[in-house]
Amino acid sequence: MSTPLTHDQLLHAYQVMRTIRAFEERLHVEFATGEIPGFVHLYAGEEASAAGVMAHLGDDDCIASNHRGHGHCIAKGVDVYGMMAEIYGKKTGVCQGKGGSMHIADFEKGMLGANGIVGAGAPLVVGAALAARLKGTDSVAVVFFGDGGSNEGAVFEAMNMASVWNLPCLFIAENNGYAEATASNWSVACDHIADRAAGFGMPGVTVDGFDFFAVHEAAGAAIERARAGEGPSLIEVKLTRYYGHFEGDAQTYRAPDEVKHFREHQDCLMQFRERTTRAGLLSAEQLDQVDREVELLIDNAVRKAKSDPKPAAADLLTDVYVSYP
Amino acid sequence: MARKISYQQAINEALAQEMRRDTSVFIMGEDVAGGAGAPGENDAWGGVLGVTKGLYDQFPGRVLDTPLSEIGYVGAAVGAATCGVRPVCELMFVNFAGCCLDQILNQAAKFRYMFGGKASTPRVIRTMVGAGLRAAAQHSQMLTSLWTHIPGLKVVCPSSPYDAKGLLIQAIRDNDPVIFCEHKLLYGMQGEVPEELYTIPFGEANFLRDGKDVTLVSYGRMVNTAMTRRAAWPGAVSIARSSTCAPPARWTRTAFSKAWRRPGAWWS
Repeated sequence: MSTPLTHDQLLHAYQVMRTIRAFEERLHVEFATGEIPGFVHLYAGEEASAAGVMAHLGDDDCIASNHRGHGHCIAKGVDVYGMMAEIYGKKTGVCQGKGGSMHIADFEKGMLGANGIVGAGAPLVVGAALAARLKGTDSVAVVFFGDGGSNEGAVFEAMNMASVWNLPCLFIAENNGYAEATASNWSVACDHIADRAAGFGMPGVTVDGFDFFAVHEAAGAAIERARAGEGPSLIEVKLTRYYGHFEGDAQTYRAPDEVKHFREHQDCLMQFRERTTRAGLLSAEQLDQVDREVELLIDNAVRKAKSDPKPAAADLLTDVYVSYP
Repeated sequence: MARKISYQQAINEALAQEMRRDTSVFIMGEDVAGGAGAPGENDAWGGVLGVTKGLYDQFPGRVLDTPLSEIGYVGAAVGAATCGVRPVCELMFVNFAGCCLDQILNQAAKFRYMFGGKASTPRVIRTMVGAGLRAAAQHSQMLTSLWTHIPGLKVVCPSSPYDAKGLLIQAIRDNDPVIFCEHKLLYGMQGEVPEELYTIPFGEANFLRDGKDVTLVSYGRMVNTAMTRRAAWPGAVSIARSSTCAPPARWTRTAFSKAWRRPGAWWS
């Protein structure tokens, strides 16, 4: 049974989701100017998933993410300015400008990296959980992958191994309905990704990813299970992404007003605000104040990132190895 | 004089001594013990050719059999290494790397660089390489040239029992991802091996024999083949042995500058 969230926890959850939303909406605008190198894959619309899971994790718990990783990084506590600078490819970025959007990492915060290889994070968190067991800690390891990623062999192998070894892992399948331009109801052979859990000897549930509280409750139960030594779980979070697979994707594979419908009727931030203010848990003024603070945070991050220096040419050859003969 | 043991025993000894010294070191792979979940003995195999036999009982909880899931357990080794322990995972035959190449090429070998110097992935993959057991196409490749062309990976090829022990201990202590290539025809080779722990630095190359006309440079099993063939041209052939294929750059210039000054030098 989950315990009710405190006032501060609720406000923090809103702040996390609002920060992710503002970060991604701003990137959508800035990327169109051509100043940001490489690709970005935006998480806008999916905030409740990252916030709901990460509310149960500390810095000693690890997560692995995928190409759509900004939301996971922000929710895990990675510095927003450091992230923005990294996405701009600047020396002040969290990876010194050498990773970019798809390789943001912060090991002190237990963020094992956004990953450009779909599904690759799943075996990595099996390893992180194994390390926790060998070191005798009660840390858990969580991997986020998408509906597309759920079809990768790496995920199947990792799930099986996590069960065979009874490891403290959590597998989160963020089903936003599309793997690039392919619908998940076509590419996933079973009715629900969560149905696969039984095949790998672990419990699986499907939750509404627009509802922070639904995600929070399911994640809490799974993480408690893992910490208690009862093994891994799978949670399928059903949500939508508001933007394309990558910025620049015209999304012609989607229905014309599909995103508009979700934004107007199911948006996770809108639902959270309505429920918490109606219940008298938070006030509209408090939430508006968070909105203003987040806008300022993002503005400052973008302004600084734009003017920060790029890595030097010599940096191209550093850190290929830890040690050189 | 050091006692003589086999290449296989030298590897087993390196693992045992280093696991005793450093409790963060552990072994994982398919049947590295053997017998998991089965009604008979645990440690039934100790690896398909018995290289890790006896370690299961010496180090409870640190010799882990895995399901047949190369992506899964090679990837788990990467994740575990990044989180502060030192896995030595066994890829039974190097040919099986086709199953898990992403975890080697895009994950382990790239973390240090793409995370801006903040990650360290001290993972060793021990793997059997080479032809000669009539095991056919899918169990007989070397692939050392493939590994050598992956930036961020260190590639080690011991050519003797002495090399095998010292280089494996070095590989386990190294903080970069290492592929440790054990030629399957060398397992029975006998040689002098010190009983104590010792390391051989990576990137070392040395001349085993001198000659005036041609220099053969090699690694792994081919060093021994070159040494044998040399007898047909007494005084003519120098033999140089390299311990690692990657990273090559710095030692190539210094260690082999002597070779380049010799007439007719060529590379094997």
